Amino acid sequence: MTDNNIAVQFSNVNRHFGEVKAVDQLNLDIHDGEFFTLLGPSGSGKTTCLRLIAGFERPDSGQIYLYGHNVSALPPYERDVNTVFQDYALFPHMTVEKNVGYGLMIKKVPAAERQRRVQDILELVQLGGLAGRKPGQLSGGQRQRVALARALVNHPRVLLLDEPLGALDLKLRQQMQLELKTIQQQVGITFVYVTHDQEEALTMSDRLAVFNQGRIEQVGTPSEIYEHPATPFVAGFVGVSNLVSGKTAQAITGSPQMFSVRPEKIHLADPAAPVPDDMVAADGRVRDVVYLGIMTRYLVELNVGGDLTVVEQNLDTSSKEALTARGRAVRLLWYRRHCRHIPAAN
Amino acid sequence: MPSKSPAPFSLKLTTLAVILFLHCPFLIIVLYMFTSEERAFTFPPPGLTVEWFAVTWARSDVWRALGLSLRVASLATLVALLLGTLAAAAVYRAKFFGRDAVSLLLVLPIALPGIVTGIALRSAMGLLEIPFSFWTIIIGHATFCVVVVYNNVLARFRRSGRSQIEASMDLGANGFQTLRHIILPEIATALLAGGMLAFALSFDEVIVTTFTAGQQQTLPIWIFSELTRPRQRPVTNIVAVLVIAITTVPILLAYYFTKDTSETAGMGK
Amino acid sequence: MQTTKPSSVPTESKPANSLWQRLSTYLYLRPRLLLALLLGPPLVAFVLFYIGSLAALLVQSFFSLDSFTGLVVKEFTLDTYRQLFTPANMDIVVRTVTMAAVVTLTTAILAFPVAYYSVRFAPPRLRPWLYLAVLLPLWSSYLVRVYAWRLILAKEGIISWVSNLAGLNWLLDGLLSLPVIGGPSLTVSWLGMYVVFVYVWLPYMVLPVYAALERVPTSLLEASSDLGGRPGHTFRWVTLPLAFPGVVAGSIFTFSLTLGDFIVPSALGNSSFFIGQAVLSHQGTSGNVPLAAAFTMIPIVIMALYLTVARKLGAFDAL
Repeated sequence: MTDNNIAVQFSNVNRHFGEVKAVDQLNLDIHDGEFFTLLGPSGSGKTTCLRLIAGFERPDSGQIYLYGHNVSALPPYERDVNTVFQDYALFPHMTVEKNVGYGLMIKKVPAAERQRRVQDILELVQLGGLAGRKPGQLSGGQRQRVALARALVNHPRVLLLDEPLGALDLKLRQQMQLELKTIQQQVGITFVYVTHDQEEALTMSDRLAVFNQGRIEQVGTPSEIYEHPATPFVAGFVGVSNLVSGKTAQAITGSPQMFSVRPEKIHLADPAAPVPDDMVAADGRVRDVVYLGIMTRYLVELNVGGDLTVVEQNLDTSSKEALTARGRAVRLLWYRRHCRHIPAAN
Repeated sequence: MPSKSPAPFSLKLTTLAVILFLHCPFLIIVLYMFTSEERAFTFPPPGLTVEWFAVTWARSDVWRALGLSLRVASLATLVALLLGTLAAAAVYRAKFFGRDAVSLLLVLPIALPGIVTGIALRSAMGLLEIPFSFWTIIIGHATFCVVVVYNNVLARFRRSGRSQIEASMDLGANGFQTLRHIILPEIATALLAGGMLAFALSFDEVIVTTFTAGQQQTLPIWIFSELTRPRQRPVTNIVAVLVIAITTVPILLAYYFTKDTSETAGMGK
Repeated sequence: MQTTKPSSVPTESKPANSLWQRLSTYLYLRPRLLLALLLGPPLVAFVLFYIGSLAALLVQSFFSLDSFTGLVVKEFTLDTYRQLFTPANMDIVVRTVTMAAVVTLTTAILAFPVAYYSVRFAPPRLRPWLYLAVLLPLWSSYLVRVYAWRLILAKEGIISWVSNLAGLNWLLDGLLSLPVIGGPSLTVSWLGMYVVFVYVWLPYMVLPVYAALERVPTSLLEASSDLGGRPGHTFRWVTLPLAFPGVVAGSIFTFSLTLGDFIVPSALGNSSFFIGQAVLSHQGTSGNVPLAAAFTMIPIVIMALYLTVARKLGAFDAL
């Protein structure tokens, strides 16, 4: 395959550790210039997948291609790929400047050019004045940026990021998410990003792949994954699933086929509210209420069996009003087209 | 488990007494370096003099023993640094069958009484008809010096984590470049600390050495012979203080290099 | 390999694949070979020189010495072991084991207060100094420390001078006239040996006890007093049992070191041998390596048994 638009290609890749199949017959194409996320719970194979691209693991069978070149047997130092590690992996005995310039030093880039490029990249990640510090003197967020700079300065064709924001607090993480996305668009490099945080994945990615037990369950854009989950696992892992099947589904939609409906698509209405033609309804009682500031989450126990989670914005509901809903009988209404049918899990 | 109430006085007294008990003998030896008596240990010393320093300087057997001890300790340390680091790297990197056994194997020479190592080596020499030599001493010392380096280096490896090596390779450095730029600087102080400990251990060793040296005399063996058939006692005292200095200083340095870490040198020798 | 972004940055030329690079890749792709190269030298050296020697030790104990020729007869025989199990030699063993036991007991009794004070009552700034104070003697030459006691215990030495001054000569003479453990002078008596043994091994006992006491959480002591236990009770029923594995761990060192030692008995003993001296003398002038080897088996067996018991008592977790 010499298609220059495919940055990374997995072809029937297998990798197992002892009895565990970490990566199972994986096939995947990542396009040039895109921000691609590998999403999944721990142990799903996403990190192994990343390490296979980097070269820290070798496939037991199958091939891996980088821009058309088969790199399956190449060690990491011969692949045009750089990694931002989860624990940053900064070299403690070197200054920030030496850390960032390490890759350039190995490639024997002349000192003057090396210094210039290091300075430029430090400006890009907003660490301009810290070149002389050592990692031990930096905060978590600063170290994270140094790790990013160290990888970017080498102009790799693909940048790999292994859950880089995991150790940061919420506000910083959200800020860094935006910054990473901006940098990626500025620099134009293909980013392959690993995370277990589905919100993060939905925020940052151009496309993402949902992993489960070494296999990819679905690949698509964030809205595709969220609005049209292909399997129960994807429906459950990305967002709240509200999976309905069997006789409950029969009672609501007239067909026993499994479907999912996203909680924000459901409205809470009076038990006697009329049901328009293009909507479906389910009656029940509010079992639990969680007030979340911007919105309120209701857990509704259905009369026909099972629960549904409903989320409504607190447009003009206060917390007191929201919490009185507990125990109230309600009718849930949503548009028929928001039922996403899901093929049964095999 | 710190307590909020003050310590009982008897406890404080006992502690002080024990600590003094541990340290007084050193002061005594230093004092006796200056006694004017040659054959006895009279207290208080009948006279004080510094003439014995010149006498010690002139004693050729002392110089020979010192030279041998230094050469043995240096070489044993080198061997220990090499083998200990290789073993630590292997144990850290890979999971293999018998991994814990390696640590046990390396600690055995220190765990078993010195006399066992000594007579074992002697038995082997007898069986294979190997004569006493400089190298038999080195082999004996290397057996217990390796574990000291091994422990220090392994602890340092464990502290640094493997992602740094991966990061280096990811950035374009092959194995040897990574070794030179990342790994060796990382373990430098561990090597130094381990090496110093090994040196001190070897320099001070007398039990295993007695079995493997034959007629050769390292400094501790020299002291031992003076213990049982003394000649000029103040000379022995001076040599004793010299030995203390040569063994304590490296250990203090090793302690200093590793003191802020979990693998502080010198613990559980 | 151009990137798609427009930029004026020149791409680096890939360095030619040097020999080192190729070798590195070769090893990278063969982790087992690399492991063998790393582990091989130390393992081979150890198995050859150390394990091999231990095997030689065992083998030698089954050989015998021809008293006529003075050479070792390399044939399997139990004669040497028979020689070992004679009353005279067994005396040596009993003597050594007794001394080891007494020394262990004493060091335990002396070490405990020091460790307890350091952990429980010592102000935090004093603690590392206390630890260092116990550790420092360990680091200085063991032989020199023994030698120092020769000076101190000598007939004309400082102990006599102090006892003279304090009018305690009667005590000193009384102790020296005790049968078995006494002697003409402190430097030629088991009493003197005992004191020196305690002195040299004391730090080996303090350290594990200190570590064990440190691990006793304050919350346990508080719980004990909360449930109505007086300080003495808490000490006896909570602190002591929890610190006990540390004592056992320390005892491994003191017992084993005393069993095999020949320095202290040579420096401060009389003509009755301890195991270490017996081993040294047999393999020395008479060249009776088989008997020396057989003798060494005894402390090995004793320590093997001791270690199994100690393990059950939890000492290994306290090390």
